[in-house]
Amino acid sequence: MLHIINKSPLTNGALDSCLRVAQSGDILLIEDAVVAATTGNVCAAKLQEAMGRCKVYVLQPDLDARGFGDRLLEGVSSVDYGGFVELTASNKNCQSWL
Amino acid sequence: MSEVKKFMFVNRKAPYGTIYALESLEVVLITAAFDQDVSLVFLDDGVYQLKKGQQTKGIETKNFSPAYRALDGYDIEKLYVEKESMEARGLSEEDLLVDVTVLSRAEMGELMDQQDVVLSF
Repeated sequence: MLHIINKSPLTNGALDSCLRVAQSGDILLIEDAVVAATTGNVCAAKLQEAMGRCKVYVLQPDLDARGFGDRLLEGVSSVDYGGFVELTASNKNCQSWL
Repeated sequence: MSEVKKFMFVNRKAPYGTIYALESLEVVLITAAFDQDVSLVFLDDGVYQLKKGQQTKGIETKNFSPAYRALDGYDIEKLYVEKESMEARGLSEEDLLVDVTVLSRAEMGELMDQQDVVLSF
């Protein structure tokens, strides 16, 4: 399934909750959540650990907006809005961790 | 002319995901018109407001980050960033689009104590 996170991992527990529950599938970081997948962020380690069981994506326009277009964590794939739609279509179901 | 008060704006939210950062900036500019002693502090995700290189065309939202560079034109020159917040996000002063004073969390607390009015965003 597809897990969508839109809150910063440093001020909200959504990413932690998702990583605690998700055993496989895709995780897409959008809006303020994109900072979780940037180099030097304290959350990078737990995201890298999750990459062993889930595939992690980030919405590139949200990364660019926040000035982190050139600081994407290795192993994370970036998608545009079309890619976002494809992820929702190719997964059986999805959960937005609001 | 009434007495000048010390105003502090506490910015703790990342830009774009919520409206807080932009709203804070609007109120800061209004306050500047009243010739008060204004300080802006950035802690927690608020430090992301000052990140260099913001490109918002893709999310079709106004990039308001250049406005932080214009603040000294309104005599707002006291910008403070908490060191620990910056480090947790892998950021250094070179990543920021304005000159700031970096404070430890203890120094931040002291500065907050000295204010007459604290507005939180």
